[in-house]
Amino acid sequence: MIIENSSTILSVEGLRASINGTEILKGIDLTVKSGEIHAIMGLNGSGKSTLAKVLAGHSAYEVTAGAVQFEGKNLLELPPEERARAGLFLAFQYPIEIPGVANTQFLRLAYNTVQAQRGKEELDPLEFDDFVREKMKLLEMRPDFLDRSVNEGFSGGEKKRNEILQMALLEPKLSILDETDSGLDIDALKIVANGVNRITNKDNATILVTHYQRLLDYIVPDFVHVMQAGRIVMTGGKELALELETRGYDWITANKQQVAGVTA
Amino acid sequence: MSAVLQSLVNQPYKHGFVTDIESDIAPKGLNEDIIRLISAKKDEPEWLLSFRLKAYEKWLTMTAPEWQNVHYAKIDFQDISYYSAPKPKKKLASMDEVDPELLRTFEKLGAAMHERAALAGVAVDVIFDSVSVATTYKQKLAEVGIIFCSISEAVHTHPELVQKYLGTVVPVGDNYFAALNSAVFTDGSFCFIPKGVKCPMDLSTYFRINTEGSGQFERTLIIAEEGASVSYLEGCTAPRFDTNQLHAAVVELIALDNADIKYSTVQNWYAGDEKGVGGIYNFVTKRGLAKGVNSRISWTQVETGSAITWKYPSCILRGDNSVGEFYSVAVTNNYQQADTGTKMIHIGKNTRSTIVSKGISAGHSNSSYRGLVRIAPTAEGARNYSQCDSMLIGDQCGAHTFPYIQVHNNSATVEHEASTSKIGEDQLFYFSQRGIGAEEAVSMIINGFCKDVFQQLPMEFAVEATKLLSFKLEGSVG
Repeated sequence: MIIENSSTILSVEGLRASINGTEILKGIDLTVKSGEIHAIMGLNGSGKSTLAKVLAGHSAYEVTAGAVQFEGKNLLELPPEERARAGLFLAFQYPIEIPGVANTQFLRLAYNTVQAQRGKEELDPLEFDDFVREKMKLLEMRPDFLDRSVNEGFSGGEKKRNEILQMALLEPKLSILDETDSGLDIDALKIVANGVNRITNKDNATILVTHYQRLLDYIVPDFVHVMQAGRIVMTGGKELALELETRGYDWITANKQQVAGVTA
Repeated sequence: MSAVLQSLVNQPYKHGFVTDIESDIAPKGLNEDIIRLISAKKDEPEWLLSFRLKAYEKWLTMTAPEWQNVHYAKIDFQDISYYSAPKPKKKLASMDEVDPELLRTFEKLGAAMHERAALAGVAVDVIFDSVSVATTYKQKLAEVGIIFCSISEAVHTHPELVQKYLGTVVPVGDNYFAALNSAVFTDGSFCFIPKGVKCPMDLSTYFRINTEGSGQFERTLIIAEEGASVSYLEGCTAPRFDTNQLHAAVVELIALDNADIKYSTVQNWYAGDEKGVGGIYNFVTKRGLAKGVNSRISWTQVETGSAITWKYPSCILRGDNSVGEFYSVAVTNNYQQADTGTKMIHIGKNTRSTIVSKGISAGHSNSSYRGLVRIAPTAEGARNYSQCDSMLIGDQCGAHTFPYIQVHNNSATVEHEASTSKIGEDQLFYFSQRGIGAEEAVSMIINGFCKDVFQQLPMEFAVEATKLLSFKLEGSVG
């Protein structure tokens, strides 16, 4: 939701980043305020997943120019774990597997780390068990999820649900969902979207990185940005996603200047 | 590799101090006279001297094996002292008579001696350099007929048992280092569990090399009679020296009908410095004979130390329905090398074996799993399951798997699974994105990776092993 005079959570200015000497992000400007949901769309290779990783602080990328403020702090000088503790959450496109580590153990460690940072109470295993089971209902997850090794042998849909469960537990200020819809069938997509919708509120914000309009039928964005070759080339409302769906990305290339002029 | 990984593996070795104790050291070098000297010092019977001399003769005809995937400069066997004992050498009646300097050493080591031993309910035999200095709980064990003492003592008090079993599982000429050990072994532990007795506590041996330039050659012999069972723990440390020291032990286990022997090792010999200077060469022969029907031999090892670890705790499954198990975690860092695994020799019908091997390599180290599963023609219905997983930390290290499978009976089932994984930036990024720092992340990944092995260890050891691993790998991630 767009709220008048709401506070700015994230502000990105002229952000450039490269990997192994190749520039991927070529000057990104983006402002996200509390309560808002932004969708970032674009073809493969346009730089949308890179933007997500750079914001979260992945060490493979080098920021070469620009500034990022997160809740008034200089985000770029924080190591990734401090960005997470400050309330920036990334739902991974490819969540990693951790054999031998029970999901509940991992979730509790992550939860307590963030709680400690916020000066809030940490939960012991029993308390946490009650707490996490409640959250799991949001995502229609079976209880045996807790005892299985983190993401090991999970189906694509289960992995994505596990990401959103972490989002629900950690209550981030800003969530970046990197291609959370990829590999989900329609039922799983609805469950995941429903979970996200119940977590979003007027005090937090969400960035959805996606390829397809499909996810946006269930999580309705306030803003849609289109990325091409490392830049945001167009910004509009939710109708822009529909336009893209019918006309394709080629249409953007042809009408870049004109449409951008209209919506900006 | 990022700086976090680098810094996580590089921690100083805690046990690198030398105890200032006067030692009785034999002159360096190996010849028949030295062997006769060792035997005389220990006041041994004639049969044992001839056992040693036979082994020495055999050793002279052998050459050091070269098939292993480890590299080191040739050992000069004439530059090693084959006997070093703390003075004074008078018989000790109780722990109170042990040299206080020695006791302080073990306090520093945190070895589960006296009060600690009492609290933990573990009986401990301590081998300092080559000599057993103390054995706890001897009386209490004797009440149920269990003999637990140093092997030198057993040679005098129970010669018939030692003579009957010594060298029956690992013959004197079995391999180069076993032959050397048979010729020069100075002490070790002896344990005998009589028919039908379940050993009421864990038995433990603590090995410590103290003197520079001395080798350590212990001989351990454990016998579980019909229906007996025992859990045995072995721990080891050594001071930090710039020279390499040789540790060539032999361990023999014998399980008769329905007997059960569980042997656990947490090996933390000095591994050399971060440039690969110094450290222990740990060339050990460990073998168990599951002689009787339904007998079981289980090896669990956590190998974190030594410049070179080269050992294959094995099981010969002779009795029908006998079971062999091997659970191993081998961690190498800096320039450490490990070539370790097991041999499961199935001879009896319906014999079963399980192999779970976890290798973790960091720094410039190299770790190999080498294992043999042999199903003899007589081993009707034999089954084996092997799982070998390797984990790499950083990109300068190596992991290798060499499985040998020989099946000579077509009713057998043999399964082998292997995997290699890497703690990479992406994994650490996942943890850090959830607010979890690199050290905690690595510790969690490693402990998860080793879980199947750690849960085989007795409680106390499992805790120690977990700590040791975190410590060992601290600073390797970054």
